[in-house]
Amino acid sequence: MTAEEVAASLESGMTVGIGGWGSRRKPMALVRAILRSPLEDLTIVSCGGPDVGLLCAAGKVRRVVAPFVTLDSVPLEPHFRAARQNGTVELTEYDEGMFMFGLLAAAHRLPFLPTRAGLGSDVMRINPELRTVRSPYGPAGVWYGAAGRGPEGGPGRDAGGDGDGDGDGDGDGAEDARGEGEELVAVPALTLDAALVHLERADARGNGRYLGPDPYLDDLFAKAAARTYLSCERLVDPGGLDGPPQTLLVSRMHVTGVVEAPGGAHFTAHSTEGGEHGRDEAFQRHYADSAADPEAWAVFADRFLSGDETAYRDAVRRWHEERVR
Amino acid sequence: MSATRAEVCVTACAEAWRGDGEILAAAMGTCSILGARLARLTFEPGLLTTDGGALLTAEPVPIGAPAGPVEGWLPFRDHLWLVQNGRRHVMMGASQIDRYGNTNISAIGDRARPTSQLLGVRGAPGNTICNPTSYWIPRHSTRVFVPKADVVSGIGSDRAAGLGAHTSRFHDLRRVVTDLGVFDFGAPDGAMRLVSVHPGVQVGQVVAATGFDLAIDGDVPRTRWPSDEELRLIREVLDPRGLRDREVRT
Repeated sequence: MTAEEVAASLESGMTVGIGGWGSRRKPMALVRAILRSPLEDLTIVSCGGPDVGLLCAAGKVRRVVAPFVTLDSVPLEPHFRAARQNGTVELTEYDEGMFMFGLLAAAHRLPFLPTRAGLGSDVMRINPELRTVRSPYGPAGVWYGAAGRGPEGGPGRDAGGDGDGDGDGDGDGAEDARGEGEELVAVPALTLDAALVHLERADARGNGRYLGPDPYLDDLFAKAAARTYLSCERLVDPGGLDGPPQTLLVSRMHVTGVVEAPGGAHFTAHSTEGGEHGRDEAFQRHYADSAADPEAWAVFADRFLSGDETAYRDAVRRWHEERVR
Repeated sequence: MSATRAEVCVTACAEAWRGDGEILAAAMGTCSILGARLARLTFEPGLLTTDGGALLTAEPVPIGAPAGPVEGWLPFRDHLWLVQNGRRHVMMGASQIDRYGNTNISAIGDRARPTSQLLGVRGAPGNTICNPTSYWIPRHSTRVFVPKADVVSGIGSDRAAGLGAHTSRFHDLRRVVTDLGVFDFGAPDGAMRLVSVHPGVQVGQVVAATGFDLAIDGDVPRTRWPSDEELRLIREVLDPRGLRDREVRT
């Protein structure tokens, strides 16, 4: 597929997950294709970086679902900030662990997963749709440990914690706070209409391999989505993905289409065969500086974002050549 | 040897992990990262530290340096599971912190349309409910030390108490280190208390830079100076480029 065909297959109003993390291995070529498309009113689910910023700047986004939006080496994402401060984009803000649990739930067709993360924080206040769930077991669950000792060194399956499921864990009067099952945040499944991820290698069938030290959450995005599109630095024939099998992150059973996009994560970090991180820090700074000023942004957008991906790559190359001169 | 304020801050950050044993020392901010690695090189050798990315390094490495030999793998997903597991003491930053240690890294002002959109809550809610948590704040001011955090990302002692003893049993706010002093939450109601002022800092200076009433018990001691060996490790091993002085100016 081409990046344009991926964008053309999406519809306005969709919930789209974007892999990577901050300014790391983002499917930027696919994001740039969306910028050129008529898509709008998207809900973007992302550990946000310049993917979120660019889509906000282009008016494609109604809502962002994220634990953060950052450029990593530049802490705050200027376009996302502006969109929030202008009130043009809504934000569903989860703790990082909650966010991962939401993807895990969706990836496994569960309505929610429980976690402590979020309890007591304003995540519960600013997301009034969030609910809690109470454990049907005693304080530590059903204990299978040695000699009847609980995991905290206490007498383990004591009052009400006998796991008989009768639900009267508060039968012990004074111990009721401990005997009652724990209340946890029920993180709802983050089910996606589509997911976009970028890996360093893929085969023509849609199997994907990452080269760097971190898979991020890309396999979870792929499993949480009805359709996943995978872009890659280099496309190989089936059977041509050499390397440790545990780096085969995404399976073709979860991938709808593959796009060969050399430099397709630019300007975010990705890895090469040598293993080094390739974030284009100079260009990212240029992006962030331009984004802070409307006139400078118009110049940036005209120079880098008005043509196709080949034009983008040529414009970036020329920009670097001018800098060294 | 005389130490700079940044070097005092690095050792004060290191002290936060004293006694922690074999857990991950997770750190954000230059002096905090240096402190974790310094603690591991000196009085807390069991600590685990990272290269700033997904690798647990076999030895503490200079800030910004490649990992070198590694002893473990901690990509973001496993880091998030480790938060649930609990063998971790994190030192985070905060754009706002209040009297009970509620912190904000999310947004300033009305959340529907903030006057300043910041990072988002990141891992702060999970960190504070699951792990020992400390804070490193490089510039102590009334803009940061506020009566009330606009959005509570990391939960403080009052909110933890409100959850009940069982639900909040892993909540453990240890200390706050700033460019002016060291603080804990040792007041009877769990409020912030001044533990020590850095050499050259007056108590009145700290009070003036704090937007709420600090608990102060009698005479406030001075934060200790780094030892000669600690200064050597900071200057020659961990931060030869002097990045600490960009975060805290003398």
